[in-house]
Amino acid sequence: MLWDWQFAFSILPQILAALKITISATFAGFLLALILGMLFMFLSRSRVQPVSVVVKWLVQFIRNTPLLVQLYFVFYVFPELGVSLSPFTAGVIGLGIHYSTYLSEVFRSGIDAVPKGQWEACRALNFTRSQTWWKIIIPQGIPPVIPVIGNYLISMFKDTPLLSAITLVEILQTAKIIGSGTFRYLESFTIVGVLFFLLSYPASKLVKYMENRWNPRY
Amino acid sequence: MTQTAQPMVQYSKVSKSYGDLKVLKQIDFEIGKGEKVVLIGPSGSGKTTLARLLMTLERPDSGTITVDGTPLWHEMVKGKLVKAGEKHLRKMRGNIGMVFQHFNLFPNMTVLKNVMEAPVSVLKTSKDEAREKAEAMLDRIGLLDKANSYPAKLSGGQKQRVAIARALVMNPRIMIFDEPTSALDPELVGEVLDVIKSIADNEEMTMLLITHEMDFALDIADRVAFFDGGTIVEQGPPQKIFYEPESPRLKAFLRRFSRSGLRSGGE
Amino acid sequence: MNSLDLFLSLIKNGLATTLSLTFLSAALAFVLGLLSGLARLSRYGILRAVSSVYVEFFRGTSLLVQLFWIYYVLPVLGFRIPSFQAGVLAIGLNFGAYFSEIVRSSILAVPKGQTEACVALNFSPRKRMTRVVFPQALLRMLPSLGNQMIELLKSTSLVSLIALGDLTYRANILNASTFQTTTIYSLLLLLYFLISLPITRGVKLAEQKLSAGRL
Repeated sequence: MLWDWQFAFSILPQILAALKITISATFAGFLLALILGMLFMFLSRSRVQPVSVVVKWLVQFIRNTPLLVQLYFVFYVFPELGVSLSPFTAGVIGLGIHYSTYLSEVFRSGIDAVPKGQWEACRALNFTRSQTWWKIIIPQGIPPVIPVIGNYLISMFKDTPLLSAITLVEILQTAKIIGSGTFRYLESFTIVGVLFFLLSYPASKLVKYMENRWNPRY
Repeated sequence: MTQTAQPMVQYSKVSKSYGDLKVLKQIDFEIGKGEKVVLIGPSGSGKTTLARLLMTLERPDSGTITVDGTPLWHEMVKGKLVKAGEKHLRKMRGNIGMVFQHFNLFPNMTVLKNVMEAPVSVLKTSKDEAREKAEAMLDRIGLLDKANSYPAKLSGGQKQRVAIARALVMNPRIMIFDEPTSALDPELVGEVLDVIKSIADNEEMTMLLITHEMDFALDIADRVAFFDGGTIVEQGPPQKIFYEPESPRLKAFLRRFSRSGLRSGGE
Repeated sequence: MNSLDLFLSLIKNGLATTLSLTFLSAALAFVLGLLSGLARLSRYGILRAVSSVYVEFFRGTSLLVQLFWIYYVLPVLGFRIPSFQAGVLAIGLNFGAYFSEIVRSSILAVPKGQTEACVALNFSPRKRMTRVVFPQALLRMLPSLGNQMIELLKSTSLVSLIALGDLTYRANILNASTFQTTTIYSLLLLLYFLISLPITRGVKLAEQKLSAGRL
C-alpha cells in the first residue's frame, strides 16, 4: 500500500495546529459578513433611490465575481491605496465582504417574509422605526432563516483554503508545504480533505435538523 | 336499477389505518354493474379512502377488493393468491378512471394535450386518432375553443370539465368522482354537475361519487351510502336516505345541510 | 501598458480557457447532477446509497482541496491528469453534487396530485416521469441552477492555483510583469462580472420560454 500511517500520524499535529487558523478565520470572517450583510440589507431598503440602487449593484457585482480575485484585490490592491494588511486580516475582510452579499439576500428574504400586517400594527401602535425593527420585525424574520445562514457558515469554512493564495498558512497550505517538502502529497491532502468532511458534514446535518424543527415541511 | 348477479366492485372486510387512526373498519360494500352510488359523510369518515383504494392509490391493510370478479390487490400466481404486482395493477387500472377534487391537470400541457396524453402514452393510440377523440370529447363538454389554452388560464369549472374529459377518453368502465365540485366557486358547480349527469345517463357506466351536493345525489344516485367513523352507518335509495333517515348519526349529519342543501321535499 | 492594452491582453490569453472550462465542467456537472438526482429517488437502495455518498462527500469538502487532490495526489496513485482536465473533473464533480440536490428537491416539489392523476390514467412510472413530473420539475430547477452556474463560473478562477492559464492566472502573470495591480485586478473583476451577465440572462430566458402561457 502506498499509504504510510506512520507518516500520516507524524504530520497530524502540524496540520491540526493550522486548523486553528482556518477556524478563527472562518468565525472572524463570518462575524464581519453578518454585520456587513445587515448593513447592506438596510441600505438596499433605503428610500433614498441612489443609495438603494448603488448598493444593489454593488452587492450584485461582488456576488458575481470570484472570491479568489477579491482576495487578491484586498491583499494586493489595498496596499497601493495605502492600506497594508496581513494575510489573515486580508483574508477575513475578503471572506467577510464576499459572504455579506449572500447574507444580505438571506436577511432580505427573511424580512420580506414577515407579514405586512405586522408593520401596520406597529405603525398603529406608534412604535418608532427602530422599535419596529428590533422588537418586532427582526425577531420574527431572522429565526426562520438561521438554517440558511448556518449553511453559509459551512460554505465559508470550505472556502478558507483560498486564503492560501494570499499566503495565509492555513491547513491546505500546510499540507502543500509538507507535500512539497517530503514529496508525499497523498497523506497530507487526504488528511485535509477528511478533516473538512469531518467538520462540515456533521455541521450540515445539524443545520438540516434545525431546519426541520423550525420550518417543518408539510 | 337492475342488479346483475355479479357486482362490478366488491369490497370484502376491507380495513385501512394511517398510523393509529383506523380510517376503514372491516368494510363490506358492493357496487353493481351500471349502478350509480353516492357516498356521503363527514370528513375523515373513510369515504375518500374507500375510493382511493379502488383507484389503487392506496393499498388496503386487510381484506379484498374485487373488480368484475377479478381481485384488484391480489393476483393468482401459480395457483396461490398473493399481493398484486405492478403489472397486474396496471391491467386492472385500465377499467377505472378518477376525477379529483383539485383537478390535477398537467400544467405543462395545453388542454388538448392533457386529454390526448394518456391515450398516446398508455393506450399507444396514434397521435391523430388521439387528437380526434380528444377534440370530440372536448366538444362534448363544450370546451373545444379552449383546446390550445393552458390550464392556468381556465376557471375552476372549466378545469374540472377538462379533467373529466381526460379521464373519460380512456374508456373506463368505472368512474370515481372524489368531491368534484368541493373546490369550486358556487356559480361554477352547475356546469360540472351537468357533465357528470350526462355521464350518469349512460346506463353501462358504473359510478362512485363522493359529494356534498345532496340535490344532485337525489337526482342521479341509485343508492346512497352514509359513512361515519370508518363504517357504513346506513345505505339505501336516495329518497329514503335523505327524507327518511333512520340512524341518529345520519339525522344529525343531514341537519347540518338542511339550510344549504336539500330543496323542498319534506320540510 | 494602458488599461485597454491590459484588458485586451487578459482577454486574448485567458478568456478562452475560462470559458471552455466553464462550459465543459457545467456539462459534466449537469450530467452527473441529473443521474445522481434521479438515482437518489430510485427504488433500488444501492443506487440511492452510491449517489448519496457521492453527494455528501463532494458537497462536504472544499473544492480547492478536491482540485489539489486530483492534481497532486492522483499521480501518486498512477493517474496523471493534466491541469485543464483536472479542473473540469474537480469542478464537474463538485457542482454535480449540488445540481443533484437541486434536481432531487425539484422533483419532490412537484405536487403529489400530479402523480396521482398519472396513476389514475394508468401511466407507466417512466411516462409519469418523462411526460409530467420532470417537465414541471425542470421549470422549478431553473432559478437554483442559474445561481449555481454563476458559482461555477467563479470557481473556475481556482485553477489558476494549479497553474492553468485562465483569466486569473493571466492576471497574476501580468501583475508580476507590469505591477499595474489596481488596474489589472479591477479589470479582472469587471471581466468576470461581464461574463456572468449573459448567464443570468440566459437562465431568465429559459425560464420564460418554459413557462410560456402557463402562468
